[in-house]
Amino acid sequence: MTLMERMTMTDQPLLRVEGLTKRYGQRIGCADVSFDLYPGEVLGIVGESGSGKSTLLSCLAGHQRPDLGRIAYDGRDVLEMSETERRRLSRTDWAYVHQNPRDGLRMGVSAGGNVGERLMAVGARHYGEIRGKAADWLGRVEIAADRIDDRPSAFSGGMQQRLQIARNLVTGPRLVFMDEPTGGLDVSVQARLLDLLRGLVRDLGLSVIIVTHDLAVVRLLAHRLMVMKSGRVVEQGLTDQVLDDPQHAYTQLLVSSVLQV
Amino acid sequence: MIRIENLSKSFTLHNQGGAVIPVMAGAALSVGPGECVGLTGQSGAGKSTLMRMVYGNYLAAGGRLMVGDLDVATAEPRQIIALRRQTLGYVSQFLRVVPRVPTLEVVAEPLLALGTPADQARARAASLLRRLNIPERLWPLSPTTFSGGEQQRVNIARGFAHAYPALLLDEPTASLDAANREVVLSLIEEAKARGAAILGIFHDEAARARVCDRLVDVTGFTPKAAA
Repeated sequence: MTLMERMTMTDQPLLRVEGLTKRYGQRIGCADVSFDLYPGEVLGIVGESGSGKSTLLSCLAGHQRPDLGRIAYDGRDVLEMSETERRRLSRTDWAYVHQNPRDGLRMGVSAGGNVGERLMAVGARHYGEIRGKAADWLGRVEIAADRIDDRPSAFSGGMQQRLQIARNLVTGPRLVFMDEPTGGLDVSVQARLLDLLRGLVRDLGLSVIIVTHDLAVVRLLAHRLMVMKSGRVVEQGLTDQVLDDPQHAYTQLLVSSVLQV
Repeated sequence: MIRIENLSKSFTLHNQGGAVIPVMAGAALSVGPGECVGLTGQSGAGKSTLMRMVYGNYLAAGGRLMVGDLDVATAEPRQIIALRRQTLGYVSQFLRVVPRVPTLEVVAEPLLALGTPADQARARAASLLRRLNIPERLWPLSPTTFSGGEQQRVNIARGFAHAYPALLLDEPTASLDAANREVVLSLIEEAKARGAAILGIFHDEAARARVCDRLVDVTGFTPKAAA
C-alpha cells in the first residue's frame, strides 16, 4: 500500500478506544477515555505528572490490563486477543518508544544487533539482509555506519534515543506509542529528534500516540491533542486550536503557565 | 469558496473569575473563486480572530463557516487537517518551524505532505525562494536564524508552494522592501488568476487597492455591548 493510499483511506480508524478505565485500588489511573486514531495521525496526550497519561499509554500498548472499556485495533478487539496474538501484534504492527532508551534497548548488544534483533523476532534469518537493513535504518536515524558494531552504552543520550527509534521502526509498524521521547535530552538534540520523527511520520504514514508534558513538542508533532487531568480527558481537539483557544479551565492554566522564550 | 454566516465568538476566561468576553457576533462574508477580499477595521477589531476561525485555529461559538463544502465551525479535527493539507493555506505573520530544518525543506513540506515526489517539491520550493530573493546559500540553513523580512518571505514561499484553492493572508507585505513586495503582489495576482479565493489583512493601502476586489469592515461584527 502506498503512502497516499494510506493517507486517503481514512474512513476506518486504525485504533478505536471506548470507555477505557484503569483503577489502582480506590485511586483512578485513567477513567472513561474514548478516542479514534486514524492512519497517518499523530495524537498528543498532555497533562501534568499523575494526570493518568502514562497509565493510559501503557493500557493502550498492552503493558497493563484496563478494568473497563474496549480497544479495537484495525477492527480487532485487542483485549479479547490471546496473549500470543497480542505479543505478535506488538512485535510487528506496533512499536513502543520509551522515555529512557535503556528501557527499550539491549545495552550489551551492538547497535546493529539491537536493530537486527527486532527483525529476527519476526522471522528474518538471512544474516546479510538483516545487517543490510540494520545499516540502512542506522543511516535513516543519522547514526554513522562505522558505529554499527558499537554498543549503545558508548552512545550519547540523543543517539541512544535515535537507535531506539530505528529498532522500533525497522519492522514497519503502523502504530507507534511514544512516552516522553524527547524528555531528558538537550534542546538542540530534541530539535534534531523532532525533525527526524516528523519526517518518518510523514514518509511512512505512521499513526502515533505521544505522551509528553512538553507543549512545544506536541505543537510541532501532533495533529490532535488530548488534555488529561486526574485521570480524565478534559479537552481534546486540533492541536493548535487547543493550545491557542483552550476551552477548559485546566487547559487555560496549562497553556498560560508555559514560560515564553 | 469561503462563506461565513452569522458567525459568533466569545472567550471564557476560567482563571479570571469565568469572565465571558464576546468578541464577535453576526459575522458574514463570502469569497468566490478568483476573488480577493480584504478585512479592514482598527487594530483589535477582530480581523485576525476571524482569520483564525476560518483556519480552525479558534473555535466558533455559533454560525456557519463554510470552506468548500466543509463547515469548519462544526468539523472534526481530522476533517480540518485534511482541509488544511489540500484546500486551505494560511500565511501567518510568524514562521513556526522545527529548529534545524533547512529552509528548502520548510518550503517544500506542504507539497511533501501531499505526496508530491521530493525532487518536484524541492524544485517548486527552489523557484519560489529564488523569486523571493532568498540567496541560495541560505537554503540549507534553518530559517530560525534569519532576519524578520527573510522569515516572512520563507513563510510566503511555504504558503504559496501548493496551489491551494483558498488562501488566508495575514499582512503578507509587512516588513518587505519594494522589490519583494512586488513579488508577493504578483504571487497573489497569479493565485487569483488560477482561481484561488483569498481572504486577507493588508495594512499596506496601495497593496490592498491593487489586489483586493472588495473590502469588509469587521467593525460591523463587534457584538453590541449588553445594556
